[in-house]
Amino acid sequence: MIDDRTVARVARLSRLELSPEERDRFRHQLGDILAYVQRLNALDLGDAPPTARPRPAANVLREDEVRPCLSQEEALANAPVVENGYVVVPPVIIEEPSE
Amino acid sequence: MSALADLSAGDLREKFRRGETSPTEVIRALFERIEAEDERLHAYLFLDRDAALAEAARWDGAVRGGDAPPLAGIPVALKDNICTRHSPTTCGSRILAGFRSPYEATVVTRLRGAGAIIVGKANCDEFAMGSSTENSAFGPTRNPWDETRVPGGTSGGPTAAVAAGEATLALGSDTGGSIRQPAAFCGVVGMKPTYGRVSRYGLVAFASSLDQIGPIARSVRDAALLLEAIAGRDPADSTSADVEVPAYADRLTTSLRGLRLGIVKEFFAEGLDAGVAGAVREAIETCRALGAACEEVSLPHASYALPAYYIIAPAEASSNLARYAGVQYGYRTRDAADLVTLYSRTRREGFGAEVKRRIMLGTYALSAGYYEAFYLRALRVRTRIRQDFEAAFARFDALVGPVTPTTAFRLGEKVDDPLQMYLSDVYTVPLNLAGLPGISVPCGFVGGLPVGLQVVGRAFDEQTILNVAHAFEQATEFHTRRPPRGRAARGAPAAKAP
Repeated sequence: MIDDRTVARVARLSRLELSPEERDRFRHQLGDILAYVQRLNALDLGDAPPTARPRPAANVLREDEVRPCLSQEEALANAPVVENGYVVVPPVIIEEPSE
Repeated sequence: MSALADLSAGDLREKFRRGETSPTEVIRALFERIEAEDERLHAYLFLDRDAALAEAARWDGAVRGGDAPPLAGIPVALKDNICTRHSPTTCGSRILAGFRSPYEATVVTRLRGAGAIIVGKANCDEFAMGSSTENSAFGPTRNPWDETRVPGGTSGGPTAAVAAGEATLALGSDTGGSIRQPAAFCGVVGMKPTYGRVSRYGLVAFASSLDQIGPIARSVRDAALLLEAIAGRDPADSTSADVEVPAYADRLTTSLRGLRLGIVKEFFAEGLDAGVAGAVREAIETCRALGAACEEVSLPHASYALPAYYIIAPAEASSNLARYAGVQYGYRTRDAADLVTLYSRTRREGFGAEVKRRIMLGTYALSAGYYEAFYLRALRVRTRIRQDFEAAFARFDALVGPVTPTTAFRLGEKVDDPLQMYLSDVYTVPLNLAGLPGISVPCGFVGGLPVGLQVVGRAFDEQTILNVAHAFEQATEFHTRRPPRGRAARGAPAAKAP
């Protein structure tokens, strides 16, 4: 059910570089786990709707008021590279290698 | 007379009031214990003796009065996925090495308000993913009862700390059993409250619909005191519930007369160790003797909880952990030429194997073509599991069964077999999926290793399960046994035979 192509595709979607050993190991392990999870398919779920959270909580609102929050300095204090109040990253637009 | 490090919060409070000891003396005694034990156990990732002593000194006078706050001068350990302003928060991950939280978790603010002294940050599986604390990037914690064995996980550090007298109380987090399973393995009390009972603000998110912070203690009364201090609605967490918080500790009872307990049939099925089964069945007989009416009940979908959990939790994790990419905080790889490489390489170098595995699994389950077959299906199974509990609670006030299929396993025994590791959570995950509270209370020993009894309650009815656990605890002596210290704990058979 899981082949090298799938592992590579999921790794790319996950933004995870994998070593060849990891790719191999994950192919086996994810295959085992997904095979185990397949037992859910044996279940007749009838009309059961999905439950995404244990307690339904919709529209939990508060007054739209200005409240104290982190300063820019505090918010950026943990960033690896900062310049003039911005976080710095390498070039964003670059052609992604195709599979 | 017990050493200060082994006393309960309740006893310390009484001694403070009578002037028999002081928070400063207690913190000193605690750090002596930590120095003697922690090199061996590795319960802590970060300790700040000076800060703890400075805090203690602030309370030395005030605790003598009758009106000191409930946890004044009591030492508490925090699992290292709970944010603190003045110390590191690593989640057991290299990707957060060096991170300093700019804000404090609501539970920490509440603890400080209640007078508690934060001793340090305790070890856990990386991002709370695992069952043994072996997935910590900073090395495993060892079980105080036998250092060749795991303390359980993912709250292995705080739980081992409480068991070994390296903390009076601790907070852990429980996404699939991460408080209850280590509590069972280490012979202490651990509770996962109802989803929404305790604010998650400042708890580093793993699976947001399952995570819940809860107390770890050496007695049920102490766990009740700690829960009381942290529970209640918090405007900073929209999932925290506006439900009244009872005075749990004051309302504890020792009789179970009139209480209906359901024995979960599916929790005694294949895979349960015979010794554990025996201890739990005996514990249920004790509950019967205390006045409870005990009858078997079925949760027909219980065996589907674990596979559903291993879709839902990784799916939520894959989304929550997207933020660790070397941009706003945490570790960043060197010399990446473009942004995607920066993300992917940072995550390769910063995350351990289990975290990568779960991100991959979750991404797969949410990806186009698989979403309905995996994720949506798991959410529908979740509905059935919740309905099973609803049906059971129409007939029973609380449910009982084992916490784990076995006692603590050996270090290294399951690290290369993730599926086997997952199976140790088979009796704990159903509660997280349904959002229900559960407690583990010591109920016996098998081969010198502790066994836990799990009590499950209705949503927001922590009081009933605390009562069952307390009544059981007071009728037995398992909670009074402490693990061997220092050299005595080296290798098996380590503990005194029961």
